[in-house]
Amino acid sequence: MARKPLDYEELNENVKKVRYAVRGELYLRASELQKEGKKIIFTNVGNPHALGQKPLTFGRQVVALCQAPFLLDDPHVGLMFPADAIARAKHYLAMTPGGLGAYSDSRGIPGIRKEVADFIHKRDGYPTDPELIYLTDGASQGVMQILNTIIRNERDGILVPVPQYPLYSASISLYGGSLVPYYLEEEANWSLDFVNIRQTVAEARSKGITVRAMVIINPGNPTGQCLSEANIKEVLQFCYHENLVLLADEVYQQNIFQDERPFISARKVMFDMGPPLSRELQLVSFHTVSKGNWGECGQRGGYFEMTNLPPKTVDEIYKVASISLSPNVPGQIFMGVMINPPKPGDVSYPKFTAESKYVHESLRRRARMMTDGFNSCRNVVCNFTEGAMYSFPQIRLPPRAIEAAKRAGKAPDVFYCLKLLEATGISTVPGSGFGQKEGVFHLRTTILPAEEDFPAIMSSFKKFNDSFMEQYEGYSRM
Amino acid sequence: MAPAASVAVENLNPKVLKCEYAVRGEIVIHAQRLQQQLQTQPGSLPFDQILFCNIGNPQSLGQQPVTFFREVLALCDHPCLLEKEETKSLFSADAISRAKQILATIPGRATGAYSHSQGIKGLRDAIAAGITSRDGFPANADDIFITDGASPGVHMMMQLLIRNEKDGILCPIPQYPLYSASIALHGGALVPYYLDEKTGWGLEISDLKKQLEDARSKGIDVRALVVINPGNPTGQVLAEDNQYDIVKFCKNEGLVLLADEVYQENIYVDNKKFNSFKKIARSMGYGEDDLPLVSFQSVSKGYYGECGKRGGYMEITGFSAPVREQIYKVASVNLCSNITGQILASLVMNPPKVGDESYASYKAEKDAILQSLARRAKALEDAFNKLEGISCNKAEGAMYLFPQIHLPQKAIEAAKAAKKAPDAFYALRLLESTGIVVVPGSGFGQVPGTWHIRCTILPQEDKIPAVITRFKAFHEVFMAEYRD
Repeated sequence: MARKPLDYEELNENVKKVRYAVRGELYLRASELQKEGKKIIFTNVGNPHALGQKPLTFGRQVVALCQAPFLLDDPHVGLMFPADAIARAKHYLAMTPGGLGAYSDSRGIPGIRKEVADFIHKRDGYPTDPELIYLTDGASQGVMQILNTIIRNERDGILVPVPQYPLYSASISLYGGSLVPYYLEEEANWSLDFVNIRQTVAEARSKGITVRAMVIINPGNPTGQCLSEANIKEVLQFCYHENLVLLADEVYQQNIFQDERPFISARKVMFDMGPPLSRELQLVSFHTVSKGNWGECGQRGGYFEMTNLPPKTVDEIYKVASISLSPNVPGQIFMGVMINPPKPGDVSYPKFTAESKYVHESLRRRARMMTDGFNSCRNVVCNFTEGAMYSFPQIRLPPRAIEAAKRAGKAPDVFYCLKLLEATGISTVPGSGFGQKEGVFHLRTTILPAEEDFPAIMSSFKKFNDSFMEQYEGYSRM
Repeated sequence: MAPAASVAVENLNPKVLKCEYAVRGEIVIHAQRLQQQLQTQPGSLPFDQILFCNIGNPQSLGQQPVTFFREVLALCDHPCLLEKEETKSLFSADAISRAKQILATIPGRATGAYSHSQGIKGLRDAIAAGITSRDGFPANADDIFITDGASPGVHMMMQLLIRNEKDGILCPIPQYPLYSASIALHGGALVPYYLDEKTGWGLEISDLKKQLEDARSKGIDVRALVVINPGNPTGQVLAEDNQYDIVKFCKNEGLVLLADEVYQENIYVDNKKFNSFKKIARSMGYGEDDLPLVSFQSVSKGYYGECGKRGGYMEITGFSAPVREQIYKVASVNLCSNITGQILASLVMNPPKVGDESYASYKAEKDAILQSLARRAKALEDAFNKLEGISCNKAEGAMYLFPQIHLPQKAIEAAKAAKKAPDAFYALRLLESTGIVVVPGSGFGQVPGTWHIRCTILPQEDKIPAVITRFKAFHEVFMAEYRD
């Protein structure tokens, strides 16, 4: 019987190589248990609304009005919607001949790209060109598009932090490139070690790999660290001297939970450093509506901004974007509202500010609660979540636990996370999904469960962990 | 001394460099420049408006959305509205109850959360029910992957199927260039089969077989057959017999059938109707496991025309579990498609029914749009056929006309001198004289030595006479200039 094209053996090998643990084994097992009636707390993905976070009202009002413009014609619309939401809906509808139902420019609605440019200018103090800002269906699409543009074959390498958000490793596999890992230093608060990075690059080159790009995730995912200005300078200088394009994933820029290192964009540091670097270093920056205080994951809104890319390259990127016709228009409007929110004096400003502040301060409290909670557990060490939405505690698994995992045919952290899931319903992602140093194990969880559920969740975790450690290590010699 | 730029055209992914997409290509970019010129220097061109007839984007040219769909979407976007008294007087009762029903299927009523990577289960159930009701054969929610428009689904399948440049995909010529572009992007080989213009763009199985064998003899492993029904750009609706033959052909040759069915609700002739390939396969007795088949549907076309929402799905049947896992895995890397698009896909496949409060107005809106499209298709077809050297097949369905322009030799030489394909030369001159934007046939593929343009039927009905007049005037001048 002839092989059929869609027999497993006949599939594209690159597809088979892809791994994306965020919705992998643990998530699938958790979903099974949920179907069986077990209460599951999904902390596997940065998905705030799924855990009870409320959408910011203003954005929803604007999009609802754009969705159903007949509301704007009704004399009573002012009773149901604040004046500034009404004005903003009209503002966006004026930008979109055909409203929400028409394909926009393949790069996104020009007026919204201009708003994004104004936001970037205001944030960084340097002007930018709306023509070099492309809106996308979530930041992930932008990342995948740029990586696909760069990667020619398996000898093209991309420097990726380890641990990393597995979109990067998955995309590199899918496009047939090579992932060149650089390890973040856990003991030094997940900092970059340029000695290590240079070594890694030299090794890759000696194996015939052409290193083309460097990814930084700032704030980090899963690690949460916020880069200092000095760090970013070093990264920029490194990329400049090594002829790499810098891919700056800055989707968590609004989620900062400490005051020592506020967010500073790679672009700002680059322009502060001045020419020739600022005129020559190639940079692509990514942002999204899925994170921050908005958490509008389901809208699929995002953008990438290109700096110092040659016009012919931009043309090719445009060409590929045009094949997908356009990013979804509601997502574009969410982006507009996010980067151009209500201002002092606007009717919605007090409510908007109160809602955002509430989310932000609660996340900040939860970041602290979770870190402290993990650190109070036996054999668990956890760096503080300086930013982003995750906690990435190190679990020091006893040798007997590692052996038990081997016998069960599972990676040790997968084994631990499965047992955690079955005992407590907490669904995490094993550290192996993000990459970690050999023999060091972690799990990633989010800080997103509702604040009032935190004490119960942390105590449930502690109970499980401490009894797991007792089981595999014996009594604590304290 | 600065090092050479890392990411320059010389060292980009060659597959990116190779692919092309004429629908938003050179002519359109030029049209956008001219549009800007009209704004900054009014009166500087021989027309006062650019008319984009290059892209199937109905609402950009004035088509109104279906009211019921927008009511439901607005309520799902801002569920607080459901608690307000005023809502009852602004929204129809069945839109309110449908929104409530949809929200109940979404965990936590959270329309801002990432959903299941195949799409929200309750919405997939509604889509499956809609397919079952359409075809008379059961559909399964687990076979459905809701995507950001139909295009990402096509990309996913190409990615899965194409391992290297020796993997071939049979594509109709002319075709919608998403197929040629995605095959190039994923590094495969496009194996063309020619639709026959003389028989209303008919599909001959004998030609299909010939192209397949040709490709195989060259060492190409042909893996799938793309069929677009109704056709784009050609507009033909396949006859049932034709569809039986195609299914048999795929079965015998071991090909995956990729059925692009996004225009299933755009049929303008009484003697043809839409049959999904799944329905055809099942009615032939082919079961779940007998034939790998993917059906693509979209919210961008039909009478709803919601292009900007990016909603669509693929229904996958006849695939083994390990393969489905791979498809799921690739879908999960992007987490999920946008929720608005998911909701819309479920509404399109499960619209108001007889007895629903909104049914009468929904039906009136739907019928008005489809009847108007049919009239515009006919008016433009007749107009093209009256012009010297132009022959235009009927648009039985979809949203396009694809007239053949018999260009005089002088015009072809002028095109060569201008370093343009003759149909691109004609389309550019059309644009510069009239502001009308069409896509040259070379963007879709055509029998070598023949020239076409693709023009949509989408300008509002009251603009059609002006379009026809302007086009006629231009064409007469062009032919006078280049007539042999």
